[in-house]
Amino acid sequence: MEFTCLSEGKGFYYPPCHILDISGFRILLDCPMDLSSLLVFSPVPIDPNPIISNEKTSLKIDKPLDASSLICAQPRYRTVKNLILWDVSFIDVVLISSPMGMMGLPFLTRNKDFSAKVYATEVAARIGQLMMEDLVAMHKEYRQFYGPEYDSPEWMKWDELDSLPIELKQILFGADGAGFAGWMPLYSAADVKDCMLKVESLKYAEETCYNGTLMMSAFSSGLEIGSCNWKITCPKGSVAYISSSVFSPLTAMSFDYKSLQRSDVILYSDFSSCNAADNFEADNNVSNSRCFYMSFDWFIMSSLLSFLFTFLFISHYSDDDVNLEASIKLGSVDEYTEEMEKLNFICSSSIDFIKAGGSVLIPIGRHGIVLQLLEQLAVALENENMKVPIFVVSSVAEELTAYANIIPEWLCEQLQDRAVRGGQTFKAGQTSMAKIGKNRQQIELMMYLFPAIHSLKLLTNWQEPCIVFCPHWSFRLGPVTHLLRRWCGDPNSLLVIEKEVDAGLALLPFKPMEIDMKMKVLQCPFLSGITLQKSHQLLKLLQPKHVVFPEILRQHNKNNGHSETSFSFSYYKENEKVHIPYTKKDSELDIAEELVNQLQSATLTKQEMTIARLRGELVLEQGRQRLILGNDE
Amino acid sequence: MAIECLVLGAGQDVGKSCVIVKINGKSIMFDCGIHTGYQDHRRYPDFSLISANSGDFTDSLSCIIITHFHLDHIGALPYFTQVCGYNGPIYMTYPTKALAPIMLEDYRKLIFEGREEEKQFSSEDIAECMKKVTAVDLKQTIQVDKDLQIRAYYAGHVIGAAMFYAKVGDSAMVYTGDYNMTADRHLGAAQIDRLQLDLVITESTYATSYRDSKYVREREFLKVVHNCVAGGGKVLIPTFALGRAQELCMILDDYWEKTNLKVPIYFSAGLTLQANMYYKILINWTSQKVKDTYTTRNPFDFKNVCSFDRSLIHAPGPCVLFATPAMISGFSLDVFKLWAPDERNLVTLTGYCGSGTIGRKLMVAKPPTRITLDDNVQLDVRCQIYQLSFSPHTDAKGIMDLVKFLSPKHVILVHGEKPKMVKLKEIIESELEIPCYHPANHETLHIPSTRRIEASASDAFLQSCLCPNFKFLKTDPRQDSELDDDSNNKRKMPQLQVCENRVAQGLLITLQKNQSRKVVTENELIDTIGTEIHEEKFAYCCPIYFPNSESRDISSFHLILFGKLSREFPDLNIQDCEDVIRIQSFVGSFCSKAKCPYRTDVSFQSVLDTVHFCCAWSMGDEELAWRVISTMKNLKLSDRIET
Ligand SMILES: [Zn+2]
Ligand SMILES: [Zn+2]
Ligand SMILES: [Zn+2]
Repeated sequence: MEFTCLSEGKGFYYPPCHILDISGFRILLDCPMDLSSLLVFSPVPIDPNPIISNEKTSLKIDKPLDASSLICAQPRYRTVKNLILWDVSFIDVVLISSPMGMMGLPFLTRNKDFSAKVYATEVAARIGQLMMEDLVAMHKEYRQFYGPEYDSPEWMKWDELDSLPIELKQILFGADGAGFAGWMPLYSAADVKDCMLKVESLKYAEETCYNGTLMMSAFSSGLEIGSCNWKITCPKGSVAYISSSVFSPLTAMSFDYKSLQRSDVILYSDFSSCNAADNFEADNNVSNSRCFYMSFDWFIMSSLLSFLFTFLFISHYSDDDVNLEASIKLGSVDEYTEEMEKLNFICSSSIDFIKAGGSVLIPIGRHGIVLQLLEQLAVALENENMKVPIFVVSSVAEELTAYANIIPEWLCEQLQDRAVRGGQTFKAGQTSMAKIGKNRQQIELMMYLFPAIHSLKLLTNWQEPCIVFCPHWSFRLGPVTHLLRRWCGDPNSLLVIEKEVDAGLALLPFKPMEIDMKMKVLQCPFLSGITLQKSHQLLKLLQPKHVVFPEILRQHNKNNGHSETSFSFSYYKENEKVHIPYTKKDSELDIAEELVNQLQSATLTKQEMTIARLRGELVLEQGRQRLILGNDE
Repeated sequence: MAIECLVLGAGQDVGKSCVIVKINGKSIMFDCGIHTGYQDHRRYPDFSLISANSGDFTDSLSCIIITHFHLDHIGALPYFTQVCGYNGPIYMTYPTKALAPIMLEDYRKLIFEGREEEKQFSSEDIAECMKKVTAVDLKQTIQVDKDLQIRAYYAGHVIGAAMFYAKVGDSAMVYTGDYNMTADRHLGAAQIDRLQLDLVITESTYATSYRDSKYVREREFLKVVHNCVAGGGKVLIPTFALGRAQELCMILDDYWEKTNLKVPIYFSAGLTLQANMYYKILINWTSQKVKDTYTTRNPFDFKNVCSFDRSLIHAPGPCVLFATPAMISGFSLDVFKLWAPDERNLVTLTGYCGSGTIGRKLMVAKPPTRITLDDNVQLDVRCQIYQLSFSPHTDAKGIMDLVKFLSPKHVILVHGEKPKMVKLKEIIESELEIPCYHPANHETLHIPSTRRIEASASDAFLQSCLCPNFKFLKTDPRQDSELDDDSNNKRKMPQLQVCENRVAQGLLITLQKNQSRKVVTENELIDTIGTEIHEEKFAYCCPIYFPNSESRDISSFHLILFGKLSREFPDLNIQDCEDVIRIQSFVGSFCSKAKCPYRTDVSFQSVLDTVHFCCAWSMGDEELAWRVISTMKNLKLSDRIET
């Protein structure tokens, strides 16, 4: 078995990407795209003469970073650059773990040599498709502005690139300066459609078989609605691929770790704890330099406390399974309440700002969080008896919320219970249906879904203050660019963004050099994976024989005594092939009883063993090898 | 190995479905229904037959599986869990879990309310019972415990109805519950993978009927209803709260829209309207057509339907009323008593009516007539009676198609009437050549099941049988078409089989101490013997001059060798079994490994006319071994002639 990490990814929106060679087949694990790289581009200018900002400034050597340094051109999109080096035709299977993990898939499937089977959960596939369609729709604005794209755009010329400020170069060439590669023009709506035709969708825990040999199942990972971890079984053993997982998420079904128990090998691909640790350190410097942020000490305090709490609490437990499970569960309850508190905080802040006459803009791309937040905000507004509209503006808003309402099976227990008891899951979707139906009382919620900022219905319903949910979190695409321009000077308005977004760079175009942005910014860290403490307990519980960790966890594992574990382990680095031995020397084989019954066996060496000549037919089916009676006998 | 099958209900009958299947030591209860035709203890399956050890049901059963929310499949569940004390796992689909409480509550009110002494379970019991339920999605492989695996497949009978697959070890079976092989207005057709099965237990409600197009029958229904209301009559449609009610309502609502009819359509209980809420979030369990349109118009948002108030019973003018329950008792009976004497009115019978019910009496009645109600009251029936000719159950052709598709080793028929079952059994046995049974209630059947022997196989063995001649078998898509005409899921599980045409050959070694088995090639035999027996072993790969060896087979060589050794060592017991020569602890077999570690020849290249014979022995037989080896080395051409 061979494992190669193509990309470690970068947080929630850019999951890792790997290649696994197993039983003679090559599996690509996820096919994401780095949308945070969009930050090097300038949003579509409002000014109809874009040339002004494009003055020849290339003579300046160390040009300071400001709004004018951003590239004014139709953006290209950064795919996994190491993937380009692989021959697409040698990929047999693609396994998708989340909607984010398929954003780069059309780049692959539009290649005529692509012949692999793609598997994703039903919901990841559907949400992924909607996200890609939305991206294409948002990109259209650029296309309309700049016109058709040339083969090699001006900005991609070497001297142009070289004259860019260092911050942008880092994004363009990679942190290690390794090279400028993987920048592709966006796929078209037709590419997305073709891509979806190649995706086979599965339920959680549904077994699917590739070529008679590989059995694959997806199990909920809890990160986002429909996201999953994969279990791959071949006659020589089983492998569990653990992507970023959340034990007790707000919306998605929780992390189904039990189904991954007793896998021979675990490919550990949850980088969230590394990212989180980084953020944590960087935090203080960053927040000092950006005085326009609202204080978010509260978040740091609360996460710190619960971090300590879980840590202390868990150390009381002994090592047996039951307690391990109990402690993971208890920890999860904390996670759930902690995440809920974050939402409550966003709600109460929003209400404060609205009371002061400002509006609230929420460009968060996590659908699970958005659905819950819509819910909480609606309740909060109702409690305050405030008649403030909530607008959800996106080309797929209506479809997405309607879809979220018909998949109760894929949601967390709390929401499932609500569905079972009351026949509804989300208020958001209910209103979208109520619009068409005639259920009057629902409309009072004043929640509106619009496809675009300039849609007529939005203009007639528009009123401020209001709360707007809209894409895109990169601040380069979608309705958010227009709304931010409208509100960035208003000190009473609030912008809610995620912690992983590089706010300094993201907001750059909305902060003219002389004036600070007056709008307040609330940056919120959402849980995106397994915390380090829990990963330790989790692996104990899963009882694998071998674990492959990312290199960055080596130090941590040393500190936390992973060396005393019952399993062996190794580490992987980006673009380095790791060999993983099969844990079984021999393969499993089932022999039909009829065949064994007709065998004539002889006893050998003092009755210790019998030996018989076997004749039969070997059948490979559903990942099992079976020897059956041959037809010729 | 055998599968043991105890029928507690729906044996040669419709009602209180309940079958206990014991596969390789695991007992599963399929369905836990109630018989609506009985008022006494016969209402419940006789649970006392389940366990020999005085009714600890939690111990005796691995799990309960409920196929759908109809009372004849779930009605006894709260009684079994809350009164009989079963506390183990219960599985059903999400929609069944969501909708079952509505059905059970409806039934509880109808039967127990006002008759406290008969009260078998309460609202709280229903709620407590449902808390123990694990909801499953279609196609998920659920590991109930280490050995028992179950999986649900779309059955198309009511929303959330499922067929269940269960597997323990190598034995596997399917219990269909109620199913429909053709799509209807709101549901898709049943869908299942091709599976290796020892047993299929199937319903057989319409074991002998064959039905024509759905569309024609729907139109006929609409015509009858339209004629009735056009003539100022009232239409009574007795149904259960869920299932039929929604399907017919979709048909009527659609027709009302198209024809601009203004006659009111009522739902008798608020409950049913609430049920429509559930249908809205369960769109994924309906037909493809419904799913495709849900974003623009949810078909369960009925425009022309409102709830019914009791005072409206006497209101003048035409109307359509859906009233519970289906077989006419309780509220639907109250309405029926008032409306039946008027010949302008219409009663539509929507489903199967068990014997003894008023519904059953009406099925055979020809108005104007007079029927006897429960309390010996005579009622004049002058209204029209219309029997729906479409049903959510499969017809005989559908049953045959499913059985043929699954090709199990055995079939058991339940949920039907005996004479019809007998006929179907004959057809299954003659046309499909599959043994078929139709046990009565409380009968136990023993069915043989397959078993496979587990072994480990060496890479060399697998390689030797895998290299040439792969044969790819895909399931024939034409055969599947019957199961797919409205595929609930667009995709069918590809059942690719890879077969090897050539006969695989190897040696099966069984260790006596733990019965562990290993399959190896001949070349690996000596190595394997060496590692499997933890005793000091000596080995030597002996070159033997054997002229023209290419043109001979190994067995002739063995014969020669055996003859020679028997003559050299007349006092020893020499055995030649399966091409292995044994003399006490000495074993030897032909070796074709190019680089055998026990070979001491200078050159590893094959020397002309030389074969190798791998030998191993334990220390005690050292002397004997070398005598044997030297005899073999001196094998002469003359030895061959002598044999
Ligand atoms: Zn039924
Ligand atoms: Zn039934
Ligand atoms: Zn040898």
